[in-house]
Amino acid sequence: MTAASVSLRPPATAPEVARRAPRRVLPGFGLSLGYTVAYLSLIVLIPLSAVFAKTSTMGWERFWSVVTAPRVVASYQLSFGMALLAAAINAVFGLLLAWSLVRYSFPGKKLVDALIDLPFALPTAVAGIALTALYSGKGWLGSVLEPLGIKVAFQPLGVLVALTFIGLPFIVRTVQPVLEDIDTELEEAAASLGAARWQTFRLVVFPVLTPALLTGFALAFARAVGEYGSVIFIAGNIPMVSEITPLMIITQLEQYDYAGATAIAVVMLVFSFALLLAINALQAWSARSRGVGAGRGKR
Amino acid sequence: MSGASLVPGAPSHARRFETNPATRESTWVRRAILTLGLVFFALFLLLPLATVFTEALRKGLGVYFAALTEADAVSALLLTLLAAAIAVPLNLVFGVWAAWLVTKFDFTGKSLLVTLIDLPFSVSPVVAGLIYVLIFGAQGWFGPWLQAHDVKVIFAVPGIVLATVFVTFPFVARELIPLMEAQGREEEEAATVLGASGWQTFRHVTLPNVKWGLLYGVILCNARAFGEFGAVSVVSGHIRGLTNTLPLHVEILYNEYQFAAAFAVASLLALLALVTLGLKTFVEWRQAVGQQASQQAGQ
Repeated sequence: MTAASVSLRPPATAPEVARRAPRRVLPGFGLSLGYTVAYLSLIVLIPLSAVFAKTSTMGWERFWSVVTAPRVVASYQLSFGMALLAAAINAVFGLLLAWSLVRYSFPGKKLVDALIDLPFALPTAVAGIALTALYSGKGWLGSVLEPLGIKVAFQPLGVLVALTFIGLPFIVRTVQPVLEDIDTELEEAAASLGAARWQTFRLVVFPVLTPALLTGFALAFARAVGEYGSVIFIAGNIPMVSEITPLMIITQLEQYDYAGATAIAVVMLVFSFALLLAINALQAWSARSRGVGAGRGKR
Repeated sequence: MSGASLVPGAPSHARRFETNPATRESTWVRRAILTLGLVFFALFLLLPLATVFTEALRKGLGVYFAALTEADAVSALLLTLLAAAIAVPLNLVFGVWAAWLVTKFDFTGKSLLVTLIDLPFSVSPVVAGLIYVLIFGAQGWFGPWLQAHDVKVIFAVPGIVLATVFVTFPFVARELIPLMEAQGREEEEAATVLGASGWQTFRHVTLPNVKWGLLYGVILCNARAFGEFGAVSVVSGHIRGLTNTLPLHVEILYNEYQFAAAFAVASLLALLALVTLGLKTFVEWRQAVGQQASQQAGQ
């Protein structure tokens, strides 16, 4: 192992070891705990608590009137609805792509595998203007779709396209490793017992993939709800029609209504926290059933 | 989530499934899955990427390079570099400390801590910007004090740096934690028992084992620092030549209908994204090679 190159001092004497040994052999617990918690509090926790502190000063009635204003409610419907739909589309095509990447060989596979992560690496504003150019009336896809009566850019459909772009890698990258770990013995057993390939997939493979697929779905959904950069260019931002919730926060900020912006932010944060808990639970489930699927196949 | 173990040179992974009658689909099913997946991939990932470059070069190389060398573009690039140069090292140091804490010690509240470290990923970028406005803005907690001392954070460079630090917060920690978890503690404990100091143990035992994962985390962190839009947009105030990062510069040019210039700057960011994906693929390959080597050495 690479550890062989360590230059060590002479071994510690036995009493020294005995004194340090009991639970924590390694040094630095206090320091790293203190540093981690301090930095986490300074950058993340204290600033986030500002949102809740600010809202608590505004009174329940004002808070409720802001977060249930018709324009804001319309933005929830758009953001959450399109985020769900985009995650569902990605669940289907992401599974197909993950399946292709793990189980088939085809030319250009390495390139496809590398580019799946493009939405993670490409700045959202760049994605936003590229999708808008692509789907506008003069763009490659827009010029094909608009004569058919399908308008994407500056419509709610544009939001869906942008959120689908953003979410794809979440599904592929959570399903792919699970698919790689599945023991072929399971499928061999199913086949030898006379199952058709589709039956084997539906009854043997798919149940093992379900937790990972749900985790990917939840991750894509969570990301899509908060997404801003890739959406605002293509959405058209028409009040009541194609405004996303993060844009409502920006709108309030531009009117110097900090309390209003904060109230909407609280709604989004509470939702994110709830989803984060759900994702944690899903990941734990995924890890457990992955162990089962990769092991002897007892379910 | 660096699951894909597609080691170049190793016998094709997919062959195992393709040659086994129990795990093989009929030719037309296979073709349908591949076609559907790849068409989706081309429509949603390849076409937007290609659009960036064709739109950037639409008006010729002269316009392209003029857009990149214009004074505002250069100052936006410099500010982006500055923000990344501060945010990445800060979060690198944090990521290492946090990973050391979480993977080398047992303590109560560990899983809560890990969840909290991931928190910035589930917060909408717009909310990430908002929290710093609530603290440092004119109406914020420290607003009056900052004004009295003539310190500008919001609508100035420090705000941009803070927002960037927030959105790139978990990247390094998240890459390192699963890796260091998988490595276990025995090697470090052995080094410590033999008398190595904490730093020596980390430098000579832990670091060689996780260096590729660390590099990968830094690459992802850097890509996000360069590309962040929503959070930075809220705190920047969009002052040309002063508080514009590259993604914000893209937005301004785009909103002024300078499409070729906007896409020229965007293409720079897209190139960075492609380099990021290339490095990521290389790092995964190195990691896989390293794992194979250590597995063979262990046998």
